[in-house]
Amino acid sequence: MQHTMKRFDEEMIELKEHVLSMGGLVERAIGHAVKAMLNQDEKLALKTIERDRAINALEVQCDEMTRDILVRRQPAAGDLRFLLAIMKVVTDLERIGDLAASIAKGMIQSEESPPRNFSNLDTMGEKVQKQVQRALDAFSRSDADLAMSVIQKDVKIDKLYKRMYRELLTYMMEDARNITSSIILSDAAKHLERISAHATNIAEMVIYMEYGHDIRHVDHEAATKILEGKED
Amino acid sequence: MTSKNISIRDLKLWYKDSQALHGVDLEISHNKVTAFIGPSGCGKSTLLRCLNRMNDRIPNCRIEGDILLDGKNIYDTDIDVVQLRTRVGMVFQKPNPFPKTIYENIAYAPRIHGLVSDGAKMDELVEYSLTRAGLWNEVKDKLQEPGTALSGGQQQRLCIARTIAVKPEIILMDEPCSALDPIATAKIEELIDELKKEFTIIIVTHSMQQAARVSDNTAFFYMGKLIEFGETRDIFTKPSQKQTEDYITGRFG
Repeated sequence: MQHTMKRFDEEMIELKEHVLSMGGLVERAIGHAVKAMLNQDEKLALKTIERDRAINALEVQCDEMTRDILVRRQPAAGDLRFLLAIMKVVTDLERIGDLAASIAKGMIQSEESPPRNFSNLDTMGEKVQKQVQRALDAFSRSDADLAMSVIQKDVKIDKLYKRMYRELLTYMMEDARNITSSIILSDAAKHLERISAHATNIAEMVIYMEYGHDIRHVDHEAATKILEGKED
Repeated sequence: MTSKNISIRDLKLWYKDSQALHGVDLEISHNKVTAFIGPSGCGKSTLLRCLNRMNDRIPNCRIEGDILLDGKNIYDTDIDVVQLRTRVGMVFQKPNPFPKTIYENIAYAPRIHGLVSDGAKMDELVEYSLTRAGLWNEVKDKLQEPGTALSGGQQQRLCIARTIAVKPEIILMDEPCSALDPIATAKIEELIDELKKEFTIIIVTHSMQQAARVSDNTAFFYMGKLIEFGETRDIFTKPSQKQTEDYITGRFG
């Protein structure tokens, strides 16, 4: 149902579109950063770093738009939760952008190629990118179930990171010449793990936006209970 | 439930053939501010007026159901309505001081109810009431001036002081700030916050921001029905009913 004040609807839609285009840039940055690292593509790395500025600018723009709506419309209930969620979501997106840029910077700093048979970063990159994509889809469609699945899948990303870390340790032990590149890869994997954590934050805000329940810092079981509680 | 709560049970009200309240059930807590919100004609003012039987004088107004105060139905035949109104005071939309001095505005009711006789005791009560209403410092040197000479905001606080003077348990406020500027409104709101320590306050307001600012609990009415009642913070952040959500987010009609 629309607001009596039509301009209010327009402002909310416009803000959401801004958040989603910020999300689009962020998704692409993750893909490019990983690709740059694996292909030793310095040009792509530089481009990724450069594009982070656009993400930062969008964050500021979204915050300004949110602030204006808050002050002019004094929103309540679902509108208020939507805006509070957005204020947090854009912070997470901006952090994801920074992390993608950090992966790209790591590539530029490295003088050595990653171990030839190392493809796990690619897999992890894809999975993490999907996490971000799903979190944004959940936000876009107000889909709490999808948001829950993002939160649940984060555990798998953590495991993936730990596995990669152990694998990289063995490379380093096998041959000391692998150390520099392995550390850079390990850092990149760590950044990806953090990106997934930010995607989880976004998913948690989608749940808050939809139901008004704060499920941050509670375990899955408790979160499920909270969400079931709202069904009655 | 403490006995000091107000229990409204299945309250129905008709003006002639048109039903204005459709079975309202509501428990109002002592020492809390309860806001009644809803679009015009939703029954919020009608319900407020039931609480001190202000609807009695409206011809063809018929009421069914109970309103229990201290466990006693205020619509029982043995209830003295005048006594009831000393327990349940009311402040109206437009400040309506008596065309008398500031002092007399306060002293009038306690005198006719025989609560306090004139003299030092009355002076004390006048000072107490004006102080509680946050008006004493502004008027202490002009108690003999007419109440109507005060500004709108001061007049409204005078009316609140007049209500307090008979030491009611409950104060009903029907849009008490709608005729006031933002500063006078802020003073009344500050006063409401202060007064809830001693009184139970029920306020009808069209300003949702005001309801959010001053009340502990909020009741949302629509077409003579209580749609939702709960803690103000919940009503304004996560109402459970779609109609409430639509109303407070400005999606109505």
